[in-house]
Amino acid sequence: MTIRATLLGATMLSLAAGFAAAQTDITVAIQLEPPNLDPTGGTAQAIDSVLYSNVFEGLTRFMADGSVVPGLAESWEISDDGTVYTFTLRDGVTFHDGTTMDGEDVKFSLDRARAEDSTNAQKGLFAGITDVTVTDPLTVQVTLDGPNGMFLFNMAWGDAVIVAPESIADIASNPVGTGAFQFDNWVQGDRLEMSRYDGYWGDAPALETATFRFISDPTAAFAAVMAEDVDAFVGFPAPENLPQFEADPRFQVLTGNTEGETILAMNNGMAPFDNPLVRQAVTLAIDRQAIIDGAMFGLGTPIGTHFAPHNPDYLDLLDNSPYDPDRARELLAEAGMPDGFTTTLKLPPPSYARRGGEIIASQLREIGIETEISNVEWAQWLEEVFGNKDYGLTIVSHTEPMDIGIYANPDYYFQYGDPAFVAIMDELNATTDPAARTALLHDAQMMISEEYVNAYLFELAIATVAQAGLQGLWLNQPTAAVDLTGVSWN
Amino acid sequence: MLRYALKRLLSLTISLIIASIVIFAVIEVIPGDVVRQILGEAYREDTAAALRTELGLDGGPVSRYFSWVTGMLTGDFGTSYTYRTPVADLISDRIGVSLPLAIYALVLSTLIAFPAGIYAASRRGGAGDVTVMGLTQLGVAIPNFWFAMIMVLVFAINLRWFPSGGFPGWDKGFWVSMKALTLPAIALALPQAAILARVMRSSLLDMLGEDFMRTARAKGLTRRQALWRHGVRNALIPVLTIIGLQFAFLLAGGIIIEQVFYLPGLGRLIFQAISARDLIVVESVVMLLVFLVILVNFTVDLAYAAVDPRLRSRA
Repeated sequence: MTIRATLLGATMLSLAAGFAAAQTDITVAIQLEPPNLDPTGGTAQAIDSVLYSNVFEGLTRFMADGSVVPGLAESWEISDDGTVYTFTLRDGVTFHDGTTMDGEDVKFSLDRARAEDSTNAQKGLFAGITDVTVTDPLTVQVTLDGPNGMFLFNMAWGDAVIVAPESIADIASNPVGTGAFQFDNWVQGDRLEMSRYDGYWGDAPALETATFRFISDPTAAFAAVMAEDVDAFVGFPAPENLPQFEADPRFQVLTGNTEGETILAMNNGMAPFDNPLVRQAVTLAIDRQAIIDGAMFGLGTPIGTHFAPHNPDYLDLLDNSPYDPDRARELLAEAGMPDGFTTTLKLPPPSYARRGGEIIASQLREIGIETEISNVEWAQWLEEVFGNKDYGLTIVSHTEPMDIGIYANPDYYFQYGDPAFVAIMDELNATTDPAARTALLHDAQMMISEEYVNAYLFELAIATVAQAGLQGLWLNQPTAAVDLTGVSWN
Repeated sequence: MLRYALKRLLSLTISLIIASIVIFAVIEVIPGDVVRQILGEAYREDTAAALRTELGLDGGPVSRYFSWVTGMLTGDFGTSYTYRTPVADLISDRIGVSLPLAIYALVLSTLIAFPAGIYAASRRGGAGDVTVMGLTQLGVAIPNFWFAMIMVLVFAINLRWFPSGGFPGWDKGFWVSMKALTLPAIALALPQAAILARVMRSSLLDMLGEDFMRTARAKGLTRRQALWRHGVRNALIPVLTIIGLQFAFLLAGGIIIEQVFYLPGLGRLIFQAISARDLIVVESVVMLLVFLVILVNFTVDLAYAAVDPRLRSRA
């Protein structure tokens, strides 16, 4: 009797353990809620965070390490002059509504994104496309107006995912893609639910259902993770609490890099920042580590140029701008302003800007530069700083992948666009040879570093707090994404 | 009575018209442009122009004001710029959280405040009175969001009796939803209960000095009997006024509590809409709240007139 009871108990236990190991649902929290669910229609990162790779896929895709691999295109051939890309699509791919994904969908998606009346926020990605031709259902030929070494990279963006004409009308509220998860339900303001798509062309994900929750308040975020109401929080907003989670065996903390080059941007088109000596003085006055420690609780990698340190083509140029307030004062004197000057410092809401701004203001005061700090909302920042260029200094994190090209645009808000730099970028766009591209990217990084266009502060880190049993979450964020296709419980 | 009601109705209409103009004007002058907000760093003139046309933002302010107002009169609140869904749908979803939460909080606060106020009044100057009044001081002084955090720490993280936030939705079951609203409702209710208890007490004490109370005592009722039979009923009039005001506040004013408990309510909708410059949502929700507050006041005005004939003749 006793033996039987023990045996029975043991069976029950192992059954229970079996069930526990087979957990197939997940609740993931992120800070911001997507405004709508159309990744091809706005820049809000939260849209990609939720949908990229999970619901929508493009011709190519980013992996967790930032590399670009085939997505819906199985393979491709590039013509010798680099202007014609012939994509071979995967066979047997279907959208979540059951329709087949073929060349017509690819043509539809690309034509829609580059159309005159397109509201795709990253229209620039498609600017070089002159023609899209479907040669057979699984072959698509894309013709460019010139060689573009970035093209396959561009096609991996969330803004370039493949959508279908049958379901496009409701994409903002009912996204239909080809990904491993299909969208189920969105309770605006609270959560979004998705479930495994059985008709997925690739490996079936381990998870059956996933719920995204949107928690912006740092205290609420802490409570939700602590109470285990969420299984993972990607982009945990309260870095001061991370040591507590690290010490708790129930949780794991992942700190990775984002694509966010956080910079103190200077208005190059306005005196005194049109003077390279002044820009150099500002850069040398800044103690990066003090900002990382003081504003970011030690999270962040110092950078000396506008490039992500985890990128293989990154060049460590920190030596160009060591913290040297004495030299900074000399430079100011050389520039004819021994007593310094007063300028504006406009700070958008994120803590890297608001907290970092206070520290930078005091560091600049050391060399005689007084700043008038004004805290602005994003909408205001976009209008005043980004749109009207009405600012002296501002702090912002440039979160788009591989965005050094913004320095080639003289009309961009920091107004650089030196012709020599434009020439490097043009050559880069026309180059497909990896070694030559690396060399050009090094030149570009060096140039903006040596001309002190902006003061490069640090690469923004991202912290993920998750249940200890979760595996497969992305450590870095090569693009905004919470890719659940490889996530499982062990 | 009819003339009085009509007069009130006229003033209600004028208030609404003025409110709509003020709301529209204020929102027009806020710096920040929704198109820039949507396009962000990737802003390009051609994309912006296309988006402006798509959102119906290319008209002048006057024509947009009139299309907004006439739309509202026909029940069409427009389409949200960022969510791209009808504003009416957004509002009705959120009211399904905010209204029950406000009612729940109001019921809790009444359940706490009435006994506390009556008890304190009946023990005027005694130890019980001092204790209750001390507690209400504390209730008024403690910020409700701080109290909310403490409750989350105790009841959600340590005891695991309640979820730390979020709202499952009424379709997931009545009790689950009520459970999710319990901590937020308590956090909202306590300061209101403290205020209400103080009003209840002082209103009751005022009644004690009235002639009819003296008559009641003279007819042989004890102090407590007189208080219960005649005092409480009459003391309710000012208390109901406060409850009416509190209800309007609870409906609109839960923004911080909704943030702490990440509840999808009206307050959070306004908050998100303002930062996204989704002005059509802001305008419509604020207008709706103004309408509700004015409606509550209108009803209270009418109720006064029904209770107090002097108001009717004065009008």
